Amino acid sequence: MKQASQRKYRVIVAKPGLDGHDRGAKIVAAALRDAGFEVIYTGLHQTCEMVVNAALQEDADAVCVSILSGAHMTLFPEILELMKQKKMNDVLLCGGGIIPPDDAEELYKLGVGRLFGPGTDTRDIIKYLQDEIPRRRPR
Amino acid sequence: MPLADEVLKGDFLAISRAISQVENGASEARDVLDSLASRVGSALRIGLTGPPGVGKSTTVDELTAAFVARGEKVGIIAVDPTSPFTGGALLGDRIRMAKMAEGGRVFMRSMATRGTSGGLARTTQDAADLLDASGRTVILIETVGVGQSEIEISRASDCVVVMLSPESGDGVQAMKSGLLEIADLIAINKADRGGADRLEHDLKTAFELGLRSRRDLPIVIMEAIRGKGIPELVAAIDGLIAARRASGEFESRRRENMEDRIKQIAEFLIQKNLWDANGAVGKVAAAVESVLARRQSPYQGAQDLIREVLR
Amino acid sequence: MSSSLPSRSRFPGIVVPSDKVAYGIQDRPASDPSRDLGEPGEYPFTRGPYKTMYRGKVWTMRMFSGFGTAADTNKRFLYLLEHGQTGLSTAFDMPTLMGYDSDHARSRGEVGREGVAVCTLENMETLFRGIPLKEVSTSMTINSTAMIMLAFYIATAEKQGVAAEHLRGTIQNDILKEYIAQKEWIFPPLPSMRIITDMMSFCADHVPKWNSISVSGYHIREAGSTSLQELAFTLMDGFTYVEFGVKAGIPVDKFAPRLSFFFNSHMNFFEEIAKFRAARRIWARRLKDRYGAQNPESWRLRFHTQTAGCSLTAQQPENNIVRTAVEALAGVLGGTQSLHTNSMDEALALPTEEAVKVALRTQQILAHESGLTDRVDPLAGAHFIESLTDRMETECEKIFAEIERRGGMVAAIEQGYPQLEIAKASYQFQKDVEERRYINVGVNDFVEKDEKPVPTLKIDPRVERDQLEEVRRYKQGRDGTSVRLALEAIGKAAHDGTNLMPPLLDGVKKGVTLGEVVETLKVQFGEWREPPIYW
Repeated sequence: MKQASQRKYRVIVAKPGLDGHDRGAKIVAAALRDAGFEVIYTGLHQTCEMVVNAALQEDADAVCVSILSGAHMTLFPEILELMKQKKMNDVLLCGGGIIPPDDAEELYKLGVGRLFGPGTDTRDIIKYLQDEIPRRRPR
Repeated sequence: MPLADEVLKGDFLAISRAISQVENGASEARDVLDSLASRVGSALRIGLTGPPGVGKSTTVDELTAAFVARGEKVGIIAVDPTSPFTGGALLGDRIRMAKMAEGGRVFMRSMATRGTSGGLARTTQDAADLLDASGRTVILIETVGVGQSEIEISRASDCVVVMLSPESGDGVQAMKSGLLEIADLIAINKADRGGADRLEHDLKTAFELGLRSRRDLPIVIMEAIRGKGIPELVAAIDGLIAARRASGEFESRRRENMEDRIKQIAEFLIQKNLWDANGAVGKVAAAVESVLARRQSPYQGAQDLIREVLR
Repeated sequence: MSSSLPSRSRFPGIVVPSDKVAYGIQDRPASDPSRDLGEPGEYPFTRGPYKTMYRGKVWTMRMFSGFGTAADTNKRFLYLLEHGQTGLSTAFDMPTLMGYDSDHARSRGEVGREGVAVCTLENMETLFRGIPLKEVSTSMTINSTAMIMLAFYIATAEKQGVAAEHLRGTIQNDILKEYIAQKEWIFPPLPSMRIITDMMSFCADHVPKWNSISVSGYHIREAGSTSLQELAFTLMDGFTYVEFGVKAGIPVDKFAPRLSFFFNSHMNFFEEIAKFRAARRIWARRLKDRYGAQNPESWRLRFHTQTAGCSLTAQQPENNIVRTAVEALAGVLGGTQSLHTNSMDEALALPTEEAVKVALRTQQILAHESGLTDRVDPLAGAHFIESLTDRMETECEKIFAEIERRGGMVAAIEQGYPQLEIAKASYQFQKDVEERRYINVGVNDFVEKDEKPVPTLKIDPRVERDQLEEVRRYKQGRDGTSVRLALEAIGKAAHDGTNLMPPLLDGVKKGVTLGEVVETLKVQFGEWREPPIYW
């Protein structure tokens, strides 16, 4: 099958911090692959530095972070800050896990993209990325 | 040319964007590669392949640490297959990279094959050139070794390390699949599993009996996850390269590889020109009609097509 | 809003032919009740580990809890004991589980969030202040740092004047399922197994009433496995501990009686009951036939159950009370020895006091109002139940054979086999939900728009600040030399292969912290990284 040199969306799926729940992250990674994305899965126990370095080197269009340990108000802002420092301004940061609505509001204000909670249909995530990525990084 | 300049300076953002351009076939990509041409060629390129689960990622992680410790700047390209059904890919090789140094010494990129049938993406070597020009002194290219497509990794590197492990009959499979033909070095991993010695013995016997040219193939025994055998692997690679530089084999291999690469690129460009040409679609349709109407054989139809399109 | 009920296949796992409407006696031609069922309390224990079960003693109502500082959790413990809970169960925070002191850089933002922070002996003393360790039985859910936590507990009891031989409880200490499912690992498998055999040996001699491993399937199921995979991988882990214990020179009958199990109870009601009964039978048979155990205590599989966290929905959380009740019922009909019921808000956060109370009341209603405790194994002989139980056992044996073909559980883990199977099963389930082959009320059907958010527990940021202060103060107040010597002794034992518990016990009394012990051991044992698997 000849592949047209069309654009492929490249997405990091990352598990920062000490949280070991990777069921959702792996499902999202597989769903994105099945929707034609190139997914770089970082594995567990990443520091924020490792996540952003990966996003930089892989020229990711989006970084999807999964946090179920309650540490989201520490980890998301740290990742955002590192991305800013490395001038990755058009790269989308989004994610999911267990994030109460009022915390999510605060994170949106800081510049984080959509956060998806329990019961999310992966098709919603796919559609969101397919809409949002070309908006931020038109090619 | 600003992007190329940034690549030369070793700026990670620039390298990253340049690799994407090359991967996506953007027209600027050619310009970048052209302007960097004089700065490509000093990095050592080492290919690493083997069956799934043999420990390639761990070995790459350990090797990288060893190279960085002695002052090298390392580039890693990990290639995984694109799904033929969905066009997507799951690139998980970063999982094992625990020791990746921060601070600009190591650049790792995961690449999906994007439709090529072999073990490498079409643009893997282009990405390696960019890493080379950026100042990396060693480039590791990691790919899954299945089937007969491994000649590609051989063509893309100065030496290939084929990894095997005593489990699941890797030795027999390797002998059958032609993996040994392209090996410059064999690394038997998971030596703690018992059977490593027997595998080594089986391989040496096979070399004696059949693959006579492979008799002096270095074999290193490792337990990569504990770092055992890694210094020996580094030494074996160093020794091999030094010997080949001395004998001229290093250069002649690069020559062969480049010939293959230029031909590949030429074929790709011809194909591209053929099908991208104006009116190609119409001309193909015309050829199809002609052949189905039995006015021509498929060969005549194709030759007419070529003549028409390239006019 | 509503849906017509489609005919559908159930969860992946045990494939019950979907056109089979009812089971009858003809479905079990080879059944032999005396061989396959026996009496309650007798080999092969299918009907229950004890003769009188809940008539003699109701299951222990053991609600898992822990958050914030040791003082916060101590308060919650006292509250639960006051309200009728009969055993304590402790949840620890991520830094404690992963081996980092609260003041480590990696702990930032994570202190006291998923459980209680315990990294010093002082923390442990605060945790159990006012709680008589001679009288209560305590369960500690901790794995890669279990040995350190046990040392803290024994030292704390000593300060209360309670000798180790009186201590009753369980420590989870099941490292194999960490690699497979919960992913709270530090060291690679072989050194971790050595730590476990050291603990088993120590407990057999000094803490005889203590369950040294709670072989767990709960997390395997939470990671997305099928019920069959949960059963097979858990039992296989159990067999592996037996093999390592025997290889370490401990006679099987000395430690096997102290292995306990921990299962999930999910929504597929009858399948879960069959799973519990099959577990007992499979374990009894293997311990007797393959491992030559002669003590009936070794054959007797006892387990704790937790209702399925992964079945809880964030949507319409009150529905979770019902789910929990159904799952608790399955656990009781399956013969569990102790039970944790989830609170309705746990899809969103750690539970509030009010929600926990309802969950506890759920157990109390089942125990006192329903008549469930009056007969033992009331479903025995039901055609469907016994067919399912038999089916579970047969299918399990196939999975055992596959793992054995790969060289055993440790090898299978290094190859990524159980991890891959679980990832595949969980992805399949997700697709089943998205394509409505599985109806999840409130999520993909009977959905309500504009739900009002339910109040959830928030961890106060002062928790991290307070704990950091306490830890720093503690570290400064120690005798630096004796701490250093104690750590050296631990490192030496790790290197030499002698039992780690004695130098560790000595060390915690001299003030070594959790993180310091882990750093010392990392030097000797190395660190584990998961194998890349492609699903």
